[in-house]
Amino acid sequence: MPTTEPDPIATDNAVSGEEHPVLTERLAREQPLEGLPPLVQTPSQTVGPFFGFSLPYDGGPELVPPASPGSVRLHGTVRDGAGTPVPDAIIELWQPDADGRMVQEPGSRHRARGVFTGFGRAAVDAGGHYEFTTVVPGATGDGPRWALLTLFARGLAHHLFTRAYFVAEGEAEPTDSLLSGVAEDRRGTLLARQDTATSYRFDITLQGEGETVFLDYPAAAR
Amino acid sequence: MTAEPTQDDITREIQEKQREAAERGIPSRHPSRDFAPYRSSILRHPTHELVKTDPEEIERTTPAFGHIDVDPYESDLTIQHPGEPLGERIIVEGRVVDGDGRPVRNQLIEIWQANASGRYIHKRDQHPAPLDPNFTGVGRALTGDDGSYRFVTIKPGPYPWGNHRNAWRPAHIHFSLFGNAFTERLVTQMYFPGDPLFALDPIYQSIPDQAARDRLISTYDHNLSVPEWALGYRWDIVLTGATATWMEDEHADH
Ligand SMILES: [Fe+2]
Repeated sequence: MPTTEPDPIATDNAVSGEEHPVLTERLAREQPLEGLPPLVQTPSQTVGPFFGFSLPYDGGPELVPPASPGSVRLHGTVRDGAGTPVPDAIIELWQPDADGRMVQEPGSRHRARGVFTGFGRAAVDAGGHYEFTTVVPGATGDGPRWALLTLFARGLAHHLFTRAYFVAEGEAEPTDSLLSGVAEDRRGTLLARQDTATSYRFDITLQGEGETVFLDYPAAAR
Repeated sequence: MTAEPTQDDITREIQEKQREAAERGIPSRHPSRDFAPYRSSILRHPTHELVKTDPEEIERTTPAFGHIDVDPYESDLTIQHPGEPLGERIIVEGRVVDGDGRPVRNQLIEIWQANASGRYIHKRDQHPAPLDPNFTGVGRALTGDDGSYRFVTIKPGPYPWGNHRNAWRPAHIHFSLFGNAFTERLVTQMYFPGDPLFALDPIYQSIPDQAARDRLISTYDHNLSVPEWALGYRWDIVLTGATATWMEDEHADH
């Protein structure tokens, strides 16, 4: 789009109270806004109760075809502060492939056979249970193997991030800088433990006893 | 058994929460998850402080979406059925940028909304308002190279939602956005200017800061309106990955 008109971001209430007079020019040159204050984050709002006809999609929970070689189930139940299963949550999975590579392949919404995109989305069922079919993520570096989970729900004004560290049966518990900084009695909430030959379990508790460790990334904010 | 709260009860609770936030003196970028006037939040917000961690490669990257994922027609919610939906046809246009104003390009935007009568097609929506056989209320688009997006839809109606007696949501469109990193992921709602329900709505008011709340309100833009056809609203979205907790912690005296 041409940028000859006054820049709306600079002038309208998207960033009320902040002046960005040269934003249009900088955008045109595709340069960062040196010397200008950063633009202000647009606030979150709850996903609400009525996402079921919009966000879930066929194949969303299946990063790889069910029962394909190397596939595993990642599953669990989402519970609230009373221990009641949450029937209206939706979870996103973002992970490396089995070799630890973060791929950049389109096709998460319309999966092509043999293409691993690393992204999946699963709504919980009436019993609060979610289930993905994926591969055990490879380690992206020297550390342990884990996947990023993002949880949205009615009643949750802002989504929650957590990590699921995969622990095979009999395997030693992983360590890294995040895990070692978490109180020992809460560390287990970050572990996806193998529960059958081809399945890992990762329950999520929003509040109270056994509350899952949720994450914040201050260093990511620009 | 406790009596069903009235709007006055809820409005008073909202004002108390916002007074507390003002006393803390920290402008928050996001709603507080612990916001009792929004009743469903009571058992669903974490009580532990979020654990701060440095994003690793997984969190610094984000899925790639492409034309295989989204058909260009999906951005027009008025052409998904044989007939035209009822209601006020509108255009919603804007740009998605990061904190430096750099466009978020070729990324997936998903929207969903109620119809002109305030009714969702969702099977659990009990509002006794008519469904529109010509309106589903779901749209998708990929942002352009300049981060721009454009949807054609109809203006959603306000709807009742049972949080308290006589609870009505201001008209809104739900948006789901991916940024340049997964830490920038955002689900939010876009509102329309001048809605009389803003002050009464605990979801909208869960954002403690007025300037932040204002960022969710689209602007009527006459230059976007198309003669004899549709009214235009502009709404730009900034994805920085900044979080309320971070702001709070920076200033909090522990
Ligand atoms: Fe809604």
